[in-house]
This record gives sequence, structure tokens and C-alpha cells, in this order.
Amino acid sequence: MKKIMLGNEAVARGAYEAGVKFVSSYPGTPSTEITEEIAKYPEVACEWAPNEKCGAEAAIGCSVRGGRAMTCMKHVGMNVCADPLFTASYTGVNGGLVFCVADDPGMHSSQNEQDSRNYARASKVPMLEPSDSEECRVFTKYAFEMSEKYDTPVILRLHTRVSHSRSVVDTVEPESITIKDYDKNPPKYVMMPAYAIGKHVVVEDRTKKIIDDVATAPEGVGLHKIEMRDTSLGIITDGAAYQYVRDAVPNASVLKLGLVWPLSESVIKDFASKVDRLVVVEELDPFLETEIRAMGVKCEGKELFTLLGEYTARLLKEKLTSDELPEPAIDVSKLPQIPGRPPVLCAGCPHKGLFLALKRLKVNVTGDIGCYTLGALPPMQAVDTVVCMGASVGMAHGFDKATDHEDSRKTVGVIGDSTFLHSGITNLMNAVYNESQITLIILDNSITGMTGHQQNPSTGKNIRLEAAPAVSLEKLCESLGVRPEAIRVVDPVDTFECEKVIKEELAREVVSVVIARRPCALIPTGRAKKGVEAKVDYDMCRKCGACGRIMCPALIMDAGGFPVIDAESCNNCGLCVNVCRFGALSKTEE
Amino acid sequence: MENQINASIVLAGVGGQGTLIAGKLLGILAMNLGLDVKVSEVHGMSQRGGSVVTYVKIAPEVHSPIIEEGTADFVLSFEEVESVRWAKLLKKGGTMIVNTQKIKSLPVLMGQMKYPENVVESLKAAAGDNATIVPIDATGLSLETGTSKATNIVMLGALSNYFGADEAEWKKAIEEAFASKAKTIPGNLSAFEKGRTAGRV
Repeated sequence: MKKIMLGNEAVARGAYEAGVKFVSSYPGTPSTEITEEIAKYPEVACEWAPNEKCGAEAAIGCSVRGGRAMTCMKHVGMNVCADPLFTASYTGVNGGLVFCVADDPGMHSSQNEQDSRNYARASKVPMLEPSDSEECRVFTKYAFEMSEKYDTPVILRLHTRVSHSRSVVDTVEPESITIKDYDKNPPKYVMMPAYAIGKHVVVEDRTKKIIDDVATAPEGVGLHKIEMRDTSLGIITDGAAYQYVRDAVPNASVLKLGLVWPLSESVIKDFASKVDRLVVVEELDPFLETEIRAMGVKCEGKELFTLLGEYTARLLKEKLTSDELPEPAIDVSKLPQIPGRPPVLCAGCPHKGLFLALKRLKVNVTGDIGCYTLGALPPMQAVDTVVCMGASVGMAHGFDKATDHEDSRKTVGVIGDSTFLHSGITNLMNAVYNESQITLIILDNSITGMTGHQQNPSTGKNIRLEAAPAVSLEKLCESLGVRPEAIRVVDPVDTFECEKVIKEELAREVVSVVIARRPCALIPTGRAKKGVEAKVDYDMCRKCGACGRIMCPALIMDAGGFPVIDAESCNNCGLCVNVCRFGALSKTEE
Repeated sequence: MENQINASIVLAGVGGQGTLIAGKLLGILAMNLGLDVKVSEVHGMSQRGGSVVTYVKIAPEVHSPIIEEGTADFVLSFEEVESVRWAKLLKKGGTMIVNTQKIKSLPVLMGQMKYPENVVESLKAAAGDNATIVPIDATGLSLETGTSKATNIVMLGALSNYFGADEAEWKKAIEEAFASKAKTIPGNLSAFEKGRTAGRV
């Protein structure tokens, strides 16, 4: 049946059609919707894991026990689950096992631009790369077959433009879910040196076998497309870049690699021999190019194209043809200068009040990954560092160690509830164990916000929004060794109380945790209740501008300098009320 | 001939204005017409009130999902100043539909920059005979149906005047796109009609 599907939705469909038993993932743009879509198939066990390593290990367990399993992540998530990936390569599988990883060239929603293809080569795991939604469905299904046929995990590499583009998919009926028998087999599954030495041989033989099989069936085993057209120009490409190639040089011959690792030398040499000029078109690293050059094949690649960002058909046209490039209809030099429009913290966002407190305190802030990363931008400008999931805690500890505790009097780490459960716990345990004096602020908005509101182990709901056990952040911190009196809970909207409590904890010469707790304004428990609203008493207003400086999207200053509240977008959080010293703002009680 | 449609459509706006749903609806429309289609969306960080864009490409065969400089047949700007941001995508002979709603962005709220005036006039002057600029109060028309949330459908109604698909096909696509929220279908159909009438030059 024909349907229009997001690439991620089509991956979910492909896994469903392949009879996947279990999917466990941590959300991350641009991969999140895969697991959300899987959750809509009630026969599949599907869950949010606290991090990618947990997701991967659970999937490996299901595979070894005999069920087909998948784990999905964004590119940086693969760093987190690299450890199980590399050794699952040695154990191989029982039920088919797929690691799905979505890269983000251009960094639409990421902290770096790493190229996941390097993981396939490094872990010696085959990698498939689809170019549109229908290929997402077909390649995902094939990934499970390939995994079982060659006794290996398979990585499916996606791309923002593949994951987040909708195109037509032709669905078929799913295979039934089957669970294979499990036989105890320590030489296969116990990776200690005595067994692993033997398994490394198996891994190298497996790679050779795949290469040989691709050579005999490039369009079958390799899922390659060999499109011979004009042979004066031949392009080797993969993934999203294939689409730009087809638009830019429609007459060129193309070898589109479906299996981007391992590479079959004979397929590449055969294609190279049929064209006059060979160009490798791939975004990010010269991954294919390096391999192709190592085969002794002459080609062009990164001397023409950049290592940075996304490619476009225009860029390819410019470098590969003498065609005239399209000109805009509108002379943009004649248009007015326009203000930028960066993303902002929402009306009613609980992070706002907390960041205002940090700004007043003028402290160093080691930050983390989430909506609250926006605290680094104007108007807050209250976040000093952002590296990766969980780094806020470890880096605050590093500030403490660099200064023999001195900077712990003026440094806080800031991390969300979901990110804390992902990678903050071990860091906090380390800080306590090694007698740091850090103050950690957990921004507990009861959801994984930035990726589009996914549940996590502290929210009390599972991926299907059914009731689930909820971890208590207070008890968790206490069990890690944080003293009970150094665990404080505040409402971030009460920005002055936040400031006071943070000040007290900065002074405390042990590890402190301040939990700033209020649900995200975009989830049901955080939304404004009907009939409540914030109001301005213009007789009381002295036009001091304090309410305007919180930069709430629901509060606009009029030409006369008075605040005007947009009732439709106001969340009634009361932050503007709290910062008004003249009692001009009020809100109806809930 | 319906199957001759070859259109690149840019849906530009501010996170939360419904560009994603408009893109999805165009995807359904194209598929119902038996055409190939790609709809490219931006998720994640920029959705938080930032500038967002969705590309829709409809043709017998579509490759790249991205619409580049000087190649868009249509630019639908859901907010006035966003039309300037994406103006360079419009191709010669193309049509730009501009919702005249103004949403102040952070640099404006902070007083660092002024929200520009006479945007539509500037666009018309800069386009000359090269393109058609169609201003429309889509948010105002949407509010007439009882909500600002149908702004996206008003915009599609305006587009329907310039796009070779029957009105019945559009209405069918609206019904399919909102099938899971059936209550909203009459309001959306009315928003579509309002846009279709207002968007005729």
C-alpha cells in the first residue's frame, strides 16, 4: 500500500515488517521518531532507555536470546554505545540486530558533525545507507536479514535529510515475530581473551565473505545501484548526496553505494574502468574516497568539495558543470535589513527563572544538552560550557579540582532531568566519592524537552504513556552520597528564592544538589489552566522594564514602555509577577 | 494536465505556526495526484520559536528534497519578515504569498533592531516583473474561523489559486490530513475557502 512517510517512520515500518521483537533507544534529533513510530505497533516491545548504551545492551540481549532487535540514536549517541557495539561485532547475533544511527550534517540540532561511517570501519560492522523513505523501509528489512545471514550486527546510517523528509513508501504485510531457540554457547558469547582471539578471526573472515558476496551481487547483497549513462563523468556516492548528484548532473553515470562498509574493490574498479572521470561525492569525511584511493583507483573528491556542512545540488553543479546557476527573482540587496530569529525559551518555560537567578549571581555555569542549552544565548547568556550529555557535572568537578575547591564557591553545573539520568549519575557519584564541593542544579521539567517531549525514568510514564515506576531524584542523589541537607528543591519561577538557595549551597563545602522542579510549559501538567491569567495594573506600573527583561514571548512592551500580556500565549507561570517590585503584575490563583 | 505539475514550494515561518502540517498536507495532495513528492522538515532546536522552513517538491520524479536559491515556484511566508529571509529562493516567474502577521523576534524585543516597515512594498519593488507578490491577512482570516491555528490552511487556500490541482483534490487532502482530528475538518475547510478567495489577485 502506498503511503507518504517520514524517513524515520519508514525505518519503523521496515523493522515492523521484518518482525522486530524489541526496540530500545534514547531520543535524539534526527532519530527520535523511529522509536516513537515503533511504539504505535502494539505487538513490538518498545521503550525509552535512559541512554544509548542501555538501549544497545538491551537490544543485544534480545538478539542473543533469539528475537530481532533494534536500537536507534543520533550520531553522538553512537559514542555512548560504542563499547557494546565493538564487542557485539565479535559475538555476532542470534536474532537480527540493527543499530540505527542518524547523522546531522549542517548541525541542524547537534553539537558536532561527526561522520558515523567511521564507526562501521572501526567496529568491523557492515553499514547500509538509504537515500529516501522507501529505501529506509527496504534497507531496514534487509538489515535484519543481513544480520542473521552473516552473524553480525548491522548499522543503518541515516541523515537529517533522509530521516526528516517525507516521500512515498510502498508498504507490505509484516512477517510474524519469531523467537529463535537460545543455546548456551560461551565461545560465541563470552568475550574473554581465550574466546575473543578466535572470534576476531571470525570477524575478519566475515568481512571478506561479505566483500566477495557483494562482488557477485552488488545490487543484491550490496543494495548498490549502478546507473550507466554518459560515461565521460562517473560519480560514486551514498545516502543523501545521491539525490543532489541526480539533480546536479542527471546525465552522469552513478555508482550509488547501499552498503557503505565493507567496500567491494571489484565493484568499484569495474565502475571506475567504465568512466573517463571519476568523482566521489560524499558529505563530511572523505570516507569512501580514502578507501577508493587505497585501492589504487584514481579519483577526485575533497579537493573539489568541502568537509563542512550539507551539500546541495547547486554546489555540485558549480563544481562539476559549466551550467548557469539559477538566479533569484527578487533582488535581495533591495530588501530591508531584517532581525534574526533565534530559538527562544518558551512562554512559561521553567528554565527562565533559574537562569535569571544565575545571571544575577554572576557564577560560572557548566551546561549540558537540552532546551536549557539556550541559556547560553541572549538574553540569559548564563551558560559557559556545553560539551556532551552529562559533562556539566564532570566539568564542574574539574573546575573544583583545578582550583582546590575555590571555584566551587562560584560555579554551578546545570543539567536536565533526562540528561542527568542519561549520563549525570556516575559523574555525581564521582564528585561525591572524590570529595568535590560542586553545586549541581538539576532542571527537573519532568520530560525530555528538546527532542519533542519523550518520557524518561523520572516522569512516571513509559513510551506508550502508561503508568511506570518513577525514580526519585532526591533519593537517588542521597544514595550516591549527597548529604540530605545539601539536597534542596526549589520552584524555578520563584527566581529570588532560587538565588538564595543556590547562594547557600555554593557556600557549603560538600557536594550540593539543587533540584529546580516545575513541569515543561508544553506538557499537560505544565500548561496553563483554563480561566487563569496574568494581569497588569497600569496605575501601579512604574515602567521600570524588569518584566520585559525576562524576555517572555507572551509579554511585549508597548511603545509607551508598559507591558502587554498576550493572553493566548501566556502560561500564567507568574515569573513576571515575581520580578515586579511595584505590585503592578498579578495572576489569578489556580 | 494534473500529472504535469512540477512545483517547488517553500513554507517559511516561525516555530509553532503549522508549517509542518501544511507540508504534510501538500504531500498527501501530491500522492493522491499520483505524483512523486518529497517534504523536507526541520525538527529540534529551531522549533522553539525560531525561524523554520519546510520544503515541498512535487514532480513526476523528485530527487533532492532541498529547494535552493532561485528555484522555488512558490514561497509561502507565514510571517511578514520571514518573507525577506527566504526571498532568494524564489525563481523568476514565481509567486510569493505573504501572511502580513508580524511576530517580533528576540533582537526586536530586546530593542537591538527594529521590525522593518513596508515589507510587502519592498518585496514588490525588488521583484519588479520577475515575480508576483500576494499579501494576505491569513492569521486574521483564520481567526474568523474561531482559531489562529488554521493560518496554515488559509495559506494553502491562497496557494490553490496558482497550483494546478482541482479544489476537490485539495478538500480531500484536508480531510485526510485531519482525519485523526475530525472535529477540526469543517473549520479547516472554511479556512481553505477564505484563503482561496483572499489569495486571488
